[in-house]
Amino acid sequence: MSVLVYTENWDGKFKKLTFELVSYASAVAEMLNTEVTALSIGNVDEKELKTLGQYGAEKIINVTDENLKILDSQTYTNVISDIASNTGSEVIIISNNNTGKAVAPRLSVRLKAGIGAGVTRLPLSLNPFTVYKKTYSGNAFAHVVIKSDIKIITLAQNSFDPVEKPASATIENIQVNIDRSLIKTNIKDTQKQTGRIVLTDADIVVSGGRGMKSPDNWGPIEELAELLGAATACSRPVADEGWRPIGEHTGQTGKIIAPNLYIAVGISGAIQHLAGISGSKCIVAINTDKDAPIFEAADFGIVGDAFKVLPKLIEAVKVMKS
Amino acid sequence: MKILVCISNVPDTTTKIRFAEGNKTIDTTGIQWVINPWDELSLTRTLELKDDPSGGVKSVTVAHVGTADSEPTIRKALAIGADDAVRVNADSSDAFFVAAQLAEVIRKEQYDIIMCGIESSDFNGSLVGGMISEFLGIPSLSAVSALNIENGQPVMVREIDGGKEVVTIPVPFVAIVQKGIAKEPRIASMRGIMMARTKPIRVFDPVAAESLTEIKILEKPATRAACKFVDAENPAQLIDLLQNEAKII
Repeated sequence: MSVLVYTENWDGKFKKLTFELVSYASAVAEMLNTEVTALSIGNVDEKELKTLGQYGAEKIINVTDENLKILDSQTYTNVISDIASNTGSEVIIISNNNTGKAVAPRLSVRLKAGIGAGVTRLPLSLNPFTVYKKTYSGNAFAHVVIKSDIKIITLAQNSFDPVEKPASATIENIQVNIDRSLIKTNIKDTQKQTGRIVLTDADIVVSGGRGMKSPDNWGPIEELAELLGAATACSRPVADEGWRPIGEHTGQTGKIIAPNLYIAVGISGAIQHLAGISGSKCIVAINTDKDAPIFEAADFGIVGDAFKVLPKLIEAVKVMKS
Repeated sequence: MKILVCISNVPDTTTKIRFAEGNKTIDTTGIQWVINPWDELSLTRTLELKDDPSGGVKSVTVAHVGTADSEPTIRKALAIGADDAVRVNADSSDAFFVAAQLAEVIRKEQYDIIMCGIESSDFNGSLVGGMISEFLGIPSLSAVSALNIENGQPVMVREIDGGKEVVTIPVPFVAIVQKGIAKEPRIASMRGIMMARTKPIRVFDPVAAESLTEIKILEKPATRAACKFVDAENPAQLIDLLQNEAKII
């Protein structure tokens, strides 16, 4: 019996969410009085793999093959389920990001393992195995009992802080041979966002809404984001109008994010918008309407005209940084 | 090409969620039920593809697992433009059970593309689409933000962390679709609503399948402390609060 955590990499590197996962897995393993095996798929060098040990992974399995560069949900399911079976894993932990959403449900059927999806806390109890997850888009939380022998948890991003817990990890390299003809996902083109902070990874997000009045007015939002090392986001009407890229839309049907700090500028805070940001640790709202619902969700608020407040705020950040 | 659009029946997204006695389920009194927003977008895109005669989409069927109470939502999908519907007559107890039912429908009826919204706005699992594909042993693509048919072949865009990929997959496959797949949900026309009355909803009995999970209790999210207001003339105070009180910058 062990806890298996799938540690995705991005061009051979791990990121904060990987360490959140390993820390979470390590805490679950402690509850179960067992150990953590981390599974890495694809080319990651030994030095990078060793970093998983810093967060409590005792054993690292590194599965490689050229064809694993393609994220094919069936191939990945094969690899992860084989390793889960070989290690006798009873709890499998995966991120609730796009990759996790592609792979975890397939794995659930393959292993007949019940799944707690988008979990935000450690298991509430082990017997029955009960996890805590968001439902109704953040308007409720559920205690979900997983009844199967094998359990899968997909962990919501930024819901569990990485905890350093150095372990002397052993690395087992497994070279597999994946038959290319069995991979059904044919990638014709890849467009990577370069030089900008990925919205779902960002610790700080500065977001603009209809109150910004025109796509030409985004200068101060971008400047503030740049100064804070933040990603930019927007509300649904802004994305639908084409003022900002669709990928920036945060809200129920857009991106669900949980940064440490979310700054909403000129966003009234419709329930659907709040559904996408309610997991944020701290919410700041700047809006001309003191009755806007965003202030009910916000920790800090400024009632005022964004075009007057933002320049002053930018100045204040510059002072802080100098 | 035959396309199946899986739909889920959810409370309108502006609903104030209240719990029924025992806090295991929600209080459904006065709730307006709608097609899950992502499924509505997925249906819209599928109908757009069917509208283009060169795309070769012959039929659009919607499928739903639920009791007769959900028929108004299915009718809505027919009014928007689906040709016919299948309802598996069962309570949708968990994602594994629902996916097992839908997989059985697909096994019987054979579709080329199965469309699923990336999540439902009630349980937010993002599970059913992937599970269906695994039950059937067919490929799936998740986080699909565009689907076109080019020379008879489906071409999709999938969102990856920090970018996107253009992907083709041979049919049959499950497309798990998200924001971007269609701009605005299609609204039923008066003619559509009239026609929907006579479109068939076929009712299937459920097959034996387990539920692997069970909701034990629902609870309200923790209430946030009241908003602290900062003078608009003095945003520097906000920076001070974020630095020294919230300690996040």
